[in-house]
Amino acid sequence: MSAVATATAAGETRTAGPARRRRRRWTRFILPVYSWLVIAYLIFPIGVMILYSFNKVTTGLQQVSFAWNGFTLQWYKEWSNIPGLTSAFWLSIRLAIASTVFSTVIGTLLALALVRYQGRRFRGKTLIEQTMFLNIAAPEVVLGASLLGLFITVNLARGFVTLLLAHVAFSIAYVAVTVRARMSGFDRSLEEAASDLGANSWVIFRKITFPLIMPGILAGALMAFALSIDDFVTSNFVSGAAVPFPVWVYGATRIGIPPQVFVFGTAIFTVGILCAIASVIIGWRKPT
Amino acid sequence: MEQPVLADHSGQLAVRRRRFRPGKFLAPYLLSLPAGLWLLILFLIPLVVMLSLSLQTCNPATGACVMTWHWAEFGQQLSLYHTQFLVSIWFAGAATLICLVVSFPIAYWIAFYGGRRKNFFLLMLLVPFFVSFVIRTVVWQFILSDQGIVLGALKNAHLLPQNFHILATGWAVIAGLAYNYLPFTALPLYVAIERIDKRVLDAAYDLYATKREAFLRVILPLTIPGIFAAFLLTFIPALGDYVNQQILGGTGDTMIGTVIQNSFLTTLDYPGGSALSTVLLVVALLGIFAYARILGSRTIEEYL
Repeated sequence: MSAVATATAAGETRTAGPARRRRRRWTRFILPVYSWLVIAYLIFPIGVMILYSFNKVTTGLQQVSFAWNGFTLQWYKEWSNIPGLTSAFWLSIRLAIASTVFSTVIGTLLALALVRYQGRRFRGKTLIEQTMFLNIAAPEVVLGASLLGLFITVNLARGFVTLLLAHVAFSIAYVAVTVRARMSGFDRSLEEAASDLGANSWVIFRKITFPLIMPGILAGALMAFALSIDDFVTSNFVSGAAVPFPVWVYGATRIGIPPQVFVFGTAIFTVGILCAIASVIIGWRKPT
Repeated sequence: MEQPVLADHSGQLAVRRRRFRPGKFLAPYLLSLPAGLWLLILFLIPLVVMLSLSLQTCNPATGACVMTWHWAEFGQQLSLYHTQFLVSIWFAGAATLICLVVSFPIAYWIAFYGGRRKNFFLLMLLVPFFVSFVIRTVVWQFILSDQGIVLGALKNAHLLPQNFHILATGWAVIAGLAYNYLPFTALPLYVAIERIDKRVLDAAYDLYATKREAFLRVILPLTIPGIFAAFLLTFIPALGDYVNQQILGGTGDTMIGTVIQNSFLTTLDYPGGSALSTVLLVVALLGIFAYARILGSRTIEEYL
């Protein structure tokens, strides 16, 4: 950019003088303020939930009340008072852990395949990618209804197993996409250097590849866990006798949800936030 | 005919024998085998089963189904429930547009001004997902209730008439959908905006573009594929959503998802539910194919 061009450009933007410059100074804050407002708006209902988990209930029923009645720790002490809710919560936790383990392993393997091999070395890659995309983009009703149709046709009783099968099915694509995105900066020459130094494939994977893609895998695992804990629609279709936490809450919305729901919600949220913070910190400490 | 040979290798470097090594050849297929199998058995095959169920006739009492190639099922279901389809399209469309308008500035800000804290901000966008979807919607029911935090305060300040209500109207459903699906819109938009080559922008500034011209004539057109992708990734899932409507809406606003859920779980009308679900899937596929035709089939997978 020549000096003439710079001077001309500078001259053009400054023709309006000090008035223009003053206006530009505060307009610089519009975007950040807006963005923080949006983030606040996203977090607002969660704040309300956490706040109201400490709310007293003045009516005789075990229901959350809309008005603020005063601070209490009662619901945290009596967190296990409602048996259906507590068992639903633990079922969701077990389900989420199992689903995370399976889908992270399977999804990471898939991501490795997608990142490293293309074209003639990996025939059918486009087909897999399109299937993954369809899995992510399809409405959950369709996923849940089709799985229920399958389970009915093969006469598989709905319960924990069907829930697990369904959860892994919709999580794999998300894990693969997340891990693949984190792997895009991966430097193959590190592996080649190790190979030059005499390492075989297994050692390369264990000492070079795996530690470097670990943040991506953790992100994928976190994604799988959140998807599983959060899932309602698909779970509703295939749960049957085993009732996960969101399905229980949905059933209770008609009659009024007990405050323990907010207690559990707060607990899940806190754990999730801590895991997310931990994964960000681990990502920062990577030497790459 | 001399071939350059590295000093510390023995003479075998010059001859490259193509040895067929099955392990290396099969590597991509073996790696993707578990995922491929799982998706085949628990995603693709159920879709086929669903299609075939829509053509069968089932006895709700016994649950026995017989394949009768009942193509008329589609026509019947559509004539029964076309209102719900239209309502769903309206709700999902309005919510997606709101999401697009709300998300674009924040995606732009994170992409251009996020700096090293980009991942942190993206995480902030995803924070609501750590609380169950149902709970979030229930809390919105809370917040939007007639005497609740927001409306009650506004009514007490006499900014709203006393009989104003949002719950049990279509607007509450749209607001709920727009809230719950915001990250689905913001993330693809962020990916699209982040991909813009900054040198193109520098070139525009070099050619005397003002900031506004640069935005309207360079940035915005380059993000159009991303906007379309974000639209699809929000509209299609929102189309099938029914939780927002059930918790926040009224009895007159049933969406197609509710009908499908009732068919499968309450009335046990498997063919009917499957037919509706197939139609929903076809709508989704049409959207994806439209994207592929207009904007190129490779690109939409990049926005995930």
